[in-house]
Amino acid sequence: MKKLTLLAMVLLISAISYAGGYRIALQGQKQLAMGHTGVAVINSSELVFFNPAGLTYLDKKFTVSLGANAVFANISFQNEQYGWHTEDNNSVSTPFNVYAAYKINDWASVGLGVYTPYGSSVEYPTDWEGSHLINDISLSAIFFQPTLSIKLHDKLSIGGGPIFATGSVNFNRNIDRSTTDVNGNRSNVTIDDSGITAWGYNIGMMFRPTEKFTLGVDYRSKIDMNAEDGDADFQNLPSAVAGQYQSVAFDASLPLPAELSVGASYTINEKWLVAFDYNRVYWNAYEALDVIFSNGTESLNPRNYKNSSVYRLGVQYKATPRFILRGGYYFDESPVRSGYFAPETPRNDSNNFTGGFTFKISDRFALDASFLYVHFDEVDESYNYYQENGQNVPFGGTYKNNAFVPGLGITYGF
Amino acid sequence: MKKLLYISLAAITFTACQPEFNDPVNEQDFYTNGDADFSNYVSVGNSLTAGFADNALYLKAQQNSYPAIMAGQFGLAGGGDFIQPLVDGNLGGLLNGGQIISGTRLVLQIDAEGNRAPVSLEGTPTTDITNHLDGPFNNMGIPGAKSFHLLAPGYGNIAGVENRNANPYFVRIASSTDATVIGDAVAQDPTFFSLWIGSNDILSYASQGGDGEDQTGNTDPTTYGYNDITDPNVFASVYNEELKALTSTGAKGVVANVPEVTSIAYFTTVPYNAIPLDTQTAEALNQAYAPYNAGLQQVQAIGLITAEEAAQRTIQFSAGQNPVVLLDEDLTDLTTVNPALTNMRQATEEDLIPLPVSSVLGTLADPDNPQSVIGVGVPLNDAQVLTITEQTHVSTAQTAYNTTIKALADQYDLAFVDVNAILKQLANGGVPFDGGTITADFGTGGAFSLDGVHLTQRGYAVVANAFIDAINKKYNATVPKVNPGNYPTIFVK
Repeated sequence: MKKLTLLAMVLLISAISYAGGYRIALQGQKQLAMGHTGVAVINSSELVFFNPAGLTYLDKKFTVSLGANAVFANISFQNEQYGWHTEDNNSVSTPFNVYAAYKINDWASVGLGVYTPYGSSVEYPTDWEGSHLINDISLSAIFFQPTLSIKLHDKLSIGGGPIFATGSVNFNRNIDRSTTDVNGNRSNVTIDDSGITAWGYNIGMMFRPTEKFTLGVDYRSKIDMNAEDGDADFQNLPSAVAGQYQSVAFDASLPLPAELSVGASYTINEKWLVAFDYNRVYWNAYEALDVIFSNGTESLNPRNYKNSSVYRLGVQYKATPRFILRGGYYFDESPVRSGYFAPETPRNDSNNFTGGFTFKISDRFALDASFLYVHFDEVDESYNYYQENGQNVPFGGTYKNNAFVPGLGITYGF
Repeated sequence: MKKLLYISLAAITFTACQPEFNDPVNEQDFYTNGDADFSNYVSVGNSLTAGFADNALYLKAQQNSYPAIMAGQFGLAGGGDFIQPLVDGNLGGLLNGGQIISGTRLVLQIDAEGNRAPVSLEGTPTTDITNHLDGPFNNMGIPGAKSFHLLAPGYGNIAGVENRNANPYFVRIASSTDATVIGDAVAQDPTFFSLWIGSNDILSYASQGGDGEDQTGNTDPTTYGYNDITDPNVFASVYNEELKALTSTGAKGVVANVPEVTSIAYFTTVPYNAIPLDTQTAEALNQAYAPYNAGLQQVQAIGLITAEEAAQRTIQFSAGQNPVVLLDEDLTDLTTVNPALTNMRQATEEDLIPLPVSSVLGTLADPDNPQSVIGVGVPLNDAQVLTITEQTHVSTAQTAYNTTIKALADQYDLAFVDVNAILKQLANGGVPFDGGTITADFGTGGAFSLDGVHLTQRGYAVVANAFIDAINKKYNATVPKVNPGNYPTIFVK
């Protein structure tokens, strides 16, 4: 257990990344391997995230799963007009999750989840062509969710719990395209805040019309992360203005949008299970990334995201009593509108391929492994709302992304 | 520990999977060099080619000299390395054996009241010309060079620096004491060259308010003073020799013409009527100048000057903005008749006042004499004004040079850049870019650095784009241009 705590702490320190916008859909090795379906899959304590209502249908008295993923995300950028070509610095991030469920009695279960559904970690070469929009960003949010699941009927259950979210942000960019100090070092600003906290909730309902067929619905609320009085560190300003930018604080707000999931699973036979999920992510909450500085200046950055959908498909095959194979696919719509393609989340629609397995080491222990490959077609896009001298100065070109996400987890239960 | 190892191994594997574009801009054949070969590009010229700005040569400006910008873009179309004789840091200035021979760069100082003024950076230059750099250098832009200097042996001999027979910037990099700039350029066997030379052949005269001589008709440049105008025939002859040498290795290239001085901020910033007066002061001044005006009437009456000249020379102030008083050597000399009748007149719209004069204009020539306000009680001297007569000398020579440059560009079948037109556009409306308009307005327009003569890095980016346009057109190449918005302008202290 000590080792686990240590591991969890290591993971807590490292930043997060990945998915449409800054959503990271990596909430469990077993379900990720099945295309991140799960709102109607009764598999493990990962239900704390996917659908709290399902906990009560788990066989085991107690089960805990913990896992982590390593996200290797790559961004390539080029612009034909000027011959620009830039690759990001390939930062690796490690989102993680821990879920536990305990069956109190036949009709009630409790659970606890710690997971990281939002975040972003992107690092471009300093002073690259788009450095007036971003040099690097690291966003992370950790959700803590105590959960109660109640079986209303053999065929119907409900569940849910409050979410306590804690997050941090660190974002650096140059203040414009050309201002430097007297030695030619680009003027830039880092905004940094941590320990931002907020509350939300996750509720779900599960319906089992037959032994083989399960339907589920889950809703996770929007959570607004309000950074107040964070540090804004201006560097390399001309000394004539540097005085006005010393010890500056900032306020900013970043919404972690609500998500509605509906889905179904069908147990074809003892070996095969198939699942479908549909997610609707209410990204229209993300209207702008506005940073208000305590010296009266501000940085207004329209984002104008739109709601987006994710379509998921997963299968599970029990090859032997010890070995379970999983596979899946999902299509993830980008919430970014044309013309709002900012390089901090330069992602268009993606095709995602998943796979994985569970190997039962003993009656109580199992090893879960997953792999996700995210494929983006290249896209010609721009961000048109950066302003200089009161006029919009578009920044764009061709972006191409991919990501490779291996994951490992351990499940313990009895 | 093992976990870290696995993550590292995975990192190596997966980051090798950087997404590849269908048509990557940094792969061969995306951009084409056409009929040109950019593999060994050598630029030849003066301070403008060196990346000189803010009255100094300093590192960041060199790194964004227009040839360096071009070479960066050539790199996408088969271009090779571009090595420049970089100076030591961003302070600017030069030493010769520890003695300062050129001052630090200008930066804009904004004081607590918001007043803006260019000031030289504090500090001692650290680039010493006795510290010789071994070339070759792709950028052979030598600040201060005139057309004929590029062919002058000994122009890089340190012994000649003190009496201005040699150039300290060439001393730093010359391959030998009797080397020539062109010789050192050709010795690199360039596959492509640029030549932008000739500005100093008129600018040194113009910037000193026409204090030198117009040497038109004198074909021996060794007899010229530095502030003289180069004879157009000398210019044509040396320019031809230079192109003959630069093309001798089969290199293709690009040449640029000479901008007219009236389009540069150095001459367009200080207004001719820079003297604000109230009624009382104007009347007092008119009384003070009454004897001079009366004297003019007398000499006109006896026919020594025309009525027109008498009117031109009459000094008259009124409330509001008043033209400065200046000495004009082209007026009739009357001091033999009456020593008080100096060659004074008031400036007209056509007179150009060099930028540095702004720092003395309106100050007292004699701190103890309130009547000695420079430009009012004390006239500006010949070196402080470029009169219309002097401008004619300058523009006549410039027109002749540009006729030569265009003709020789055609003769040698080279790409040609009408930089004169670009600078005129900057001075008349400006050059649009994605963040607004770049103009020649001093301190705010973005094109001119704080010395008013040399360009900012953004201004040099505009020039580089003009070169690239001309090269693409002439040689059927597709070298991409740069975005001037990504280049800095003036630097605030």
